[in-house]
Amino acid sequence: MIRVVLPYHLRTLARIAGEVHLEVGSPVTLGSVLSALEMSYPVLRGTIRDHTTLKRRSFVRFFACKEDLSLEPPETRLPEAVVAGAEPFLIVGAMAGG
Amino acid sequence: MSRIRLLVGTRKGAFILTSDGKRERWEINGPHFAGWEMYHLKGSPAQPDRLYASQTSGWFGQLIQRSNDGGKTWEAVGNEFKYDGVPGTHKWYDGTQHPWEFKRIWHLEPSPTDPDTVYAGAEDAALFRSVDGGRTWQEFPGLRSAKGHLWQPGAGGMGLHTILLDPQDPKKIHIAISAAGVFRTSDGGATWQPANQGLKSLYELPDPDAEVGHCVHRIAMHPSRPQVLFMQKHWDVMRSDDAGGSWREVSGNLPSDFGFPIDVHAHQPETIYVVPIKSDSEHFPPDGKLRVYRSQSGGNEWEALTKGLPQQDCYVNVLRDAMAVDRLEPCGIYFGTTGGQVYGSADNGDTWNAIVRDFPAVLSVEAQTLP
Repeated sequence: MIRVVLPYHLRTLARIAGEVHLEVGSPVTLGSVLSALEMSYPVLRGTIRDHTTLKRRSFVRFFACKEDLSLEPPETRLPEAVVAGAEPFLIVGAMAGG
Repeated sequence: MSRIRLLVGTRKGAFILTSDGKRERWEINGPHFAGWEMYHLKGSPAQPDRLYASQTSGWFGQLIQRSNDGGKTWEAVGNEFKYDGVPGTHKWYDGTQHPWEFKRIWHLEPSPTDPDTVYAGAEDAALFRSVDGGRTWQEFPGLRSAKGHLWQPGAGGMGLHTILLDPQDPKKIHIAISAAGVFRTSDGGATWQPANQGLKSLYELPDPDAEVGHCVHRIAMHPSRPQVLFMQKHWDVMRSDDAGGSWREVSGNLPSDFGFPIDVHAHQPETIYVVPIKSDSEHFPPDGKLRVYRSQSGGNEWEALTKGLPQQDCYVNVLRDAMAVDRLEPCGIYFGTTGGQVYGSADNGDTWNAIVRDFPAVLSVEAQTLP
């Protein structure tokens, strides 16, 4: 079971309280987790990555186990602690600064 | 007695304001979609409880929300706005050609007759339509063929902000694009022609009479006379009596002919309203006085409407989609400001009251007259 933490605005949009728990087949990759998330919550399509190109939106970040995976390709395997459900996969809205 | 429902889009959410026909006491409902930029909300004339809303975010992109109960509940519908075919390029700030890229929906225009048909104006400029209640969207690519390679975004973005559907002929549509101008179709959107003859942009374009490139801020039409159009351009208030075939200036005695919104009285097609702004460099009212100007002669002769509006130290702006009229008698006029006020007049603009004073910056106001 993969634990996914969404930013506030996407939780309210998808009407989610707390973490999302997803069953994702092996290998668990950045792309397969996002696809499983969008399959479970179609309203999130287009809000994290582009509908067609699947490119990450510029101001969305992917963190896991204190690492920034935002720039990694979609086939990147997630850390074992995320796959085991010990650590969450974080989808984060980038800091606005100011 | 009729009721009025105002749909207010702001930088940080949407609000729904309702009143009875007296328009004295208002109930405020919201924020809906708190924290999101709500560019525009509009109800279907054919089914007034069917509302559409454009919800956007620099982080999470575009969503379209739909309500079937007048805004009590909402559901997200389709948000895939895909340019038709290979989208090609338009002019970029440095003069090079730049690929069309979808950014957001500025304006939604429901069909007057079918609640499931709605048009959407996009940045980068394009016109989309849904015929299934917003679930899927299709572009009218012929619009971008109307010299789209010459369109160049201004500082505010190249947004398609105005969609006027001819109530007498569904094949006729006028649209307006920031920094590109007015375009019209008479074949239901297959082919489009620029409709900017008579516009002069002395300080904005190298050729002041160019066929495209004029920064049109808003156009308005009275439904009984679709051949008569009014325009607030970057500078100049303009009028066309031949459906955009040609334009003439009707700025007359306005203290400034710069501004954003323009609207037409519900029952008097020659009565129009603008909010003069000092200049393109100073987006606030001249002399710190917030004044709506009304012409009852279709332009040229204007009177200041000031009763109830701040007449000193006022430095707000009124954006292009932030003015609306209701259909009661006397006609109600409403506008929202970047300072978060929504002002209303229940007597054709003679007197004004602040319905709210402390909203986030107002992006859009629409008025629904309900039975």
